[in-house]
Amino acid sequence: MTHLLQTTDLGVVFTTESGPVDAVRGVSLTVAPGETLALVGESGSGKSTVALAAMGLLSGNATATGSVEVAGHQVVGADEPTLRALRGSTVSMVFQEPATALDPLTRVGAQIAEVVRNHRQVSAAEARAEAVALLDRVGIPDPAERARSFPFQLSGGQRQRVVIAMAIANAPQLLIADEPTTALDVTVQAEILELLRALAADTGTGVLLVTHNMGVVADFADRVAVMLQGEVVETGSVEDVLLRPQHEYTKRLLAAVPRLDTPESLAVRERVAAPGAPGAPGTAPSSPVASGAVPSGAVPSGAVPSGAVPSGTVPPGPASPGAAGRPGAAPVVDLRDVSVTFGRGARAVHALRGVDVAVHAGETVGLVGESGSGKSTAARVALGLVAPTSGTVALFGQDLRRTPRRGRRSLRSGIGVVLQDPVASLDARMSVGECIAEPLAVHRRGTSAADRRRRVAEVLDAVRLPSALADRAPRELSGGQRQRVSLARALVLDPRLLVADEPTSALDVSVQETVLEVLTDLQADLGFACLFVSHDLAVVQHFAERVVVMRRGVVEEQGTTDTTLLHPTTDYTRRLLAAVPVPDPVLQRRRRTERLATLAAVAG
Amino acid sequence: MTTVQIAPEAPGAPVAVAATGFRLAARRFRHNTLAVVGLAVIVVIVLFCFVGPFLYPTDQTHTMLEQANQAPSAAHWLGTDAVGHDVLGRLMYGGKVSLTVGIAAGVLATVVGTLWGSVAGYVGGWVDAVMMRVVDAGIAIPALFILLVISAITTPGVGGLIVILGLVSWLVPSRLVRAETLTLKNRDYVLTLRAIGGSHARAIGKHLLPNSVSTIVVAATFQVADAILLVAYVSYLGLGVQPPATDWGGMLSAGLTAAYSGRWWLIVPPGLAVILVVCAFNAVGDGLRDAFDVRGRG
Repeated sequence: MTHLLQTTDLGVVFTTESGPVDAVRGVSLTVAPGETLALVGESGSGKSTVALAAMGLLSGNATATGSVEVAGHQVVGADEPTLRALRGSTVSMVFQEPATALDPLTRVGAQIAEVVRNHRQVSAAEARAEAVALLDRVGIPDPAERARSFPFQLSGGQRQRVVIAMAIANAPQLLIADEPTTALDVTVQAEILELLRALAADTGTGVLLVTHNMGVVADFADRVAVMLQGEVVETGSVEDVLLRPQHEYTKRLLAAVPRLDTPESLAVRERVAAPGAPGAPGTAPSSPVASGAVPSGAVPSGAVPSGAVPSGTVPPGPASPGAAGRPGAAPVVDLRDVSVTFGRGARAVHALRGVDVAVHAGETVGLVGESGSGKSTAARVALGLVAPTSGTVALFGQDLRRTPRRGRRSLRSGIGVVLQDPVASLDARMSVGECIAEPLAVHRRGTSAADRRRRVAEVLDAVRLPSALADRAPRELSGGQRQRVSLARALVLDPRLLVADEPTSALDVSVQETVLEVLTDLQADLGFACLFVSHDLAVVQHFAERVVVMRRGVVEEQGTTDTTLLHPTTDYTRRLLAAVPVPDPVLQRRRRTERLATLAAVAG
Repeated sequence: MTTVQIAPEAPGAPVAVAATGFRLAARRFRHNTLAVVGLAVIVVIVLFCFVGPFLYPTDQTHTMLEQANQAPSAAHWLGTDAVGHDVLGRLMYGGKVSLTVGIAAGVLATVVGTLWGSVAGYVGGWVDAVMMRVVDAGIAIPALFILLVISAITTPGVGGLIVILGLVSWLVPSRLVRAETLTLKNRDYVLTLRAIGGSHARAIGKHLLPNSVSTIVVAATFQVADAILLVAYVSYLGLGVQPPATDWGGMLSAGLTAAYSGRWWLIVPPGLAVILVVCAFNAVGDGLRDAFDVRGRG
C-alpha cells in the first residue's frame, strides 16, 4: 500500500543560543489514505516539530535528517518551489489558533479564494464561487453572506471552520491538524471534530492529528503514535494504545487523564466491581480499580487495567461531605444577585447578570462554563478585583461595600489566589522565596527575615517542593513547579478561602495530576474553602463538591457535583457534558452517536 | 520560557537572581560588536573630557591674541581659535559641558517621563486620557520652538539648560513607559497582589517599575544621545552657555566663519565629537535593547 505520509528515521536538531537541541530522533511513521494517525505527547515531546517537518515548515535554525515522503515526494532537503507546490495542494495544515491563522484585514472569502488560485488556474469569479461552496461544505450557515465577513466578525468555531475550508480548498491528500481544537470550547470542539471526520471520510484524505488530548484521540483517530522526548515510544491502533497500552509512559499518561464519569461509565464500573472481576489486562479502562468511590461520586479517575499505576496517584475526591455541615456552615464568600457590566450604553457588555454563588467554609465549589460564560469574572468579583455593578458581595460574612478600607485589607488576608498562567503568575524579577513571602510583607506578618524564611520553607514543603528552591528564579522552574509556587504563595497566610482560576489548564496532564493532588491534600489538612474555576468538567467532577454551571453571565444550574454532572437538569449542562470526549474509543463512539441523536432530535 | 526581565540594580532583588539575569544580558551585549565599540567610544570620550584637562592643561579663559588662528603644530595639536585658545583643550572643556548637560537632561527626561507614564498607565481611565493628551499636545509643539522662545526671555546657565532640555524631551519616554505599564498591570502577579490586599504603591514600586527597567534604561540611552544633539543645536544657535564657557555646539558656531578661510581645525573636531558620541549612545541603546529583549529569539 502506498502511504500518504511516510517518515523514516526523521530527526530534527535546533541550533539555539545554548547549543544544539535534539527535538526529534528517529521517528518513523506512516499515514495511509483515509486513515487518521494521532500523534500524542506532552509539551516538548516534539509532536508539533514532526508535523512542521512534514510540511517543510521548520524554522531557519532547524536541521532535518532522515526522510519524509508526502505522497511520494521527498520533503527533507527539498527546495522552496517544490515545497510550495506541495503545500496547500497535496498536503495542507490546520493550525491551533484560528484567531492568528487568518489575516484580520482580508475578507474570509478572499482568503479562501487566494488559496484556490495559488494552485489552480481559475478565474477570480470561479475562485470566489468556490470559496462560497467551501464555506458551505465546512458547515457555515449563509456562506455567500459570510464570505464577505472579516475574521473578527466570526466566532472562534466559525474561524476554525474557515481555516479548515482553506486547508481543504485544493482537495489535499494529507491534512495535518496541529491541536485543531485546543483553543476551542468543548461543544465547538465536538462540532469541529465531527466536521474533520466527515471531510476525511468523504474524500479518503489521510489525517495527521497532533494533540495532547486523549479524548480527542479516542474520538477521531484510527491509529496512535505516542511521543516522549522526541521519540515515538508506542504505535498502534487507537483501541490497543488507549485500552491496552504497552509502554510505561503511555500507561502513566493515560492514568493521569482526568476522566468524566457518566451514569453509564459508573454503571459499567459497578458491574465490573461487584463480581470482583480482576483488573486483568484487556479490561476496559472504564472499569477502574477504584472501588467504594461510587457513592460519593469522588471516583479516582484514570485507572489503568494492568494496575501498573497505584490509584493513589490520582487525586482522591473531596473530603467526605458533612464534615462541616457544608451548606449549613457560614459562607466564606457570598455573591448575591451580582451583575457586572463593562462599558456603557449601546456598547455595554453584561458579563454577569444576577449571579448568586456562595462558597461555604471548607467546601470546594467548581465554577464551570465555556469561554465568555463569566466564570472568571465571577471569581474576580469574589476576589474584589472587579466591582459589581449591582448586587452585594460578602467576604467572611462582611459586606465589602460597607467595610472601611483598612478592614477590607485585613479581610483580604484570608484569601489565597492561584491564577492560570504559570509564567505570568510569578514576577520574573523576584526569587521564588520573595514571591512566596510577598503576602507576608503586604500584611506585615512575621516581620523578621528569619521568620519569613522559615514560613517560606514550610509552605514550600507543604506543596512538596524542596526549600532550596526559595533562592531560585521563577524562570528556572517548570510550569508545574511554578503553579505549586503560586499555590505556596496563596497558602502562606493560612487562608480561609482559596480562589483558583484555571490553575492547571496550562499544564500537561501528568503535571496537572500532581498539582491537583497537592491541592487536595492541603485542603484536607488545612480545611480552607476553595472556589475552583475551570472549563474542564472532568477535573471539576473529581475535585469539587458543588458545581455552578455558568452560561453567558447567568448561572444555568448549580448543585452537588453528583447530581449536576451525572443527572443534569438543564439542556445546556447536558450538551456540555455530552461534548466532552472521553479517552476510551469504544465508549466515546457510543457517546458520539448518542450526542448526535440528541442534537438531531432537538433540531427535528 | 517567554519572559526574562533583567535589571541588576533592582532594590531587594537577590544577588543570585540578578546576577544570572544580568549575566545573560551582559553576554548578549558582549556579542554585539557595534554596542561594545559604542561603549568603548563613550568611555574614551568621557575620559578625554574629564581626565584630559589634567594631562593636557590649557588656558581656556584668557584671550591670547598673540597666538590666535594657528594651524595644528607640535605646541597646539589641533591649532588655536580666533582668540588664541588651544582647540584640543577647548574640545575637552566644551565636551565637559556637552556631556554633563546631555546626560543630565537625558536622565531628567527619563525620570519625569517614567513617573508620568507609569501613573497614567496604572491609574487608567480619564486620568490616563488627560495625562496622555498633555503629552500629545507637548509633542505637537516643536521642541526647538519652545527653546527659542525661552532663550529669547532668559539666558540659561548649565543648570537651567539641563532643566529646560529635560522638560522638553520627557514626552517620548512617558509614552513608552505607559505602554509597558499597561501590559504589566494586568499580569497575574499584579492581580494576585491586589487580590490579597496589596497597595497600589507596592504594585508600582515592587513590580511595575522593576519590570520596566529594561525599557527605561534603553529609553534613557536614546534620550541622552538626543539631548547631546539638542545641546549642540541650541548652542549653535547661540542660545547655549555663554563665553568664555562653551560646548561643542558653541565651538561649531564660533568656528563657522573660519571654515571658509580654510581653518578646518575649528569645525571638524567638535563636529566629529558630536557625531561620535551620538552614534555611540545609539549603538549602546540598540545593544541594550537587544540584550534585554528575548522576543524573536525562538
